[in-house]
Amino acid sequence: MRLTLCQLYPEHLSIYADRGNVLVLRRRCEWRGIELVERPLRLGDEPDPDAADLYLLGGGQDRDQVLVADDLQRHRDALHEAVAGGAALLAVCGGYQLAGHRYLGHRGDEIPGIGLLDLVTEAGDQRMIGNVLLESDLDERPRTIVGFENHAGRTILGGAAKPLGRVLAGHGNDGESGFEGAVSGNVVGTYVHGPLLPKNPWLADWLITRALARRHGAVDLAPLEDSLERRAHDSAAAAARRG
Amino acid sequence: MSATNGKTTTCAMAAAIAGGEIRLCRNGAGANLVSGVTAALAACNGAQLGLFECDEAALGGIAARLDPHTIALGNLFRDQLDRYGELELVAERWRELVAGLPPSTLVVACADDPVCADLVDGRRAALRYGIDDPALALEEMEHASDSRWCVRCGTPYEYRAIWFGHLGDYRCPACGHGRPPLQVAAQQVHPVGLDAIAFRLVTPLGTCDVRLPVPGLYNVENALAAASLCLALGIPLEQIRVGLHRFRGAFGRFQRFDLDDRSAVMLLVKNPAGANEALRTLAGGGDGPLVALAALNDRIADGRDVSWIWDVDWERIAPRLSRVVATGTRAADMALRLRYAGVEGTVIEVVPDTTRAFDRATELAGPGGTAYLLATYTAMLELQRTVAGRGLVRPYWEDPAEAGVA
Repeated sequence: MRLTLCQLYPEHLSIYADRGNVLVLRRRCEWRGIELVERPLRLGDEPDPDAADLYLLGGGQDRDQVLVADDLQRHRDALHEAVAGGAALLAVCGGYQLAGHRYLGHRGDEIPGIGLLDLVTEAGDQRMIGNVLLESDLDERPRTIVGFENHAGRTILGGAAKPLGRVLAGHGNDGESGFEGAVSGNVVGTYVHGPLLPKNPWLADWLITRALARRHGAVDLAPLEDSLERRAHDSAAAAARRG
Repeated sequence: MSATNGKTTTCAMAAAIAGGEIRLCRNGAGANLVSGVTAALAACNGAQLGLFECDEAALGGIAARLDPHTIALGNLFRDQLDRYGELELVAERWRELVAGLPPSTLVVACADDPVCADLVDGRRAALRYGIDDPALALEEMEHASDSRWCVRCGTPYEYRAIWFGHLGDYRCPACGHGRPPLQVAAQQVHPVGLDAIAFRLVTPLGTCDVRLPVPGLYNVENALAAASLCLALGIPLEQIRVGLHRFRGAFGRFQRFDLDDRSAVMLLVKNPAGANEALRTLAGGGDGPLVALAALNDRIADGRDVSWIWDVDWERIAPRLSRVVATGTRAADMALRLRYAGVEGTVIEVVPDTTRAFDRATELAGPGGTAYLLATYTAMLELQRTVAGRGLVRPYWEDPAEAGVA
């Protein structure tokens, strides 16, 4: 079995250890004998709706976000087509904001997003920083998500996106709603890094399963020995509960 | 002196050079905010010169209160984003600071770092230092590199040579912004195992051969910063050479402890750039199996966000790790990172208590062996206490080079 992974702008959108998410996908495929083909997309590349089964959109520094946002617009239609055709996409931090409709800055400046998720983000006055713990019903059974958030943007979901999880500890999308992240079909967006996937391996497997379904139909992934993952998850959850 | 990496070491080197002749007032490692400098000044009876390491974000506030003779700007790397916001914000604060300095204030700047070099562009009262040895260049950039895009126009730099991280000999193909000429340079750099690094120091006052008794290319950058600071003070070249030769390693930077029939070497790892350089130096020191302790804490001084360990190239030493003990408040995160770096689960032990982890690592090292202790800041302090508690090394607070007036 083969899975094609496209990391969008790896040189620009990789500030909060987004590389860790790639590494986890790589290893978890390798451990199961799934061939992972990496096909990163860089500034100036041609749009291709058939490029990959799974896309990763990470976060960057402010200047990189702006630089990438323009180029990303050229890929808007191709990415919508890819997602409509069954591809999965994970967007984290700045990438989460870019996956929405737009980002509104302090001075009224606006960065357009690609509208894969029905949400808008506004610059806030205070950064929301700290360990975070969510409960999520994305998977077949109730799950928790742990990680770290660090964002000044306040993200407001529209009707077509549902939250990734309910905040048990931390700030979440806007510090008020009690929810974090957004999901729409196979597209998942979140502020949670840490990175996200190592300590939440079920979510990595959820993305792999969804992405494989695009070309291979329903696949049952072989279970892996996740005791270190669980231990790291639990210690991060305890850190979030301590505040 | 401020920098993301090397503040403490650079100041310790400058003190080793200047301290023999001049009575110095210094702040201790870690006490590098306005409060720490204030406390050092309040306690410095009869000192002739203040030598302060400054937190990157606190540098402007400290400089505004002190009207310094010289300011040294070492480098800017990603470090503890949860505390400072992003790299560019710190760079912007430094830019405002330098722009507001009187023309007479001398600024020592690392020319190998595009951001630092650009801060002193056109400034007359500036000393630019860097490495000038193409034989040392890395073949490709490390993952954690930061300022890869031209600080003026955003185009990716072309590097004639990269030393580590984003430090090197760069030039923008679009606007031409490049590394400025060096006034203080290190040429013919030769590592001497894990014990030392030798180089030729080229300065406006002449040239001399330096044997620096600590390893790593980053320590050459630190030595250049220290030498430049001392040149700015009018210290003769021979005194600089002798001072650098006499330097015996800052607290926790490849510091060796002897434990009866085995030893331990402490390496501070606190951010991706510093950790990558430490691991690169460690990997370059041999090819046999390594026993390591990896201590990850998430206290305020370490950074609450432990994501950065995923930006460190543990893959560089992973194949050589025969046994690893993961410890600290986020021991399991550390163990997990090593597993995904390719270290077999059976090689990794998770022992959250640092003292017990230390005992286990030194036990695993065996007679004649060495345990490498890779630790974040507060974990390093805990390990120092463990070691000191056994009378194996003088506690750092008794070491005059590291606290208060030296």
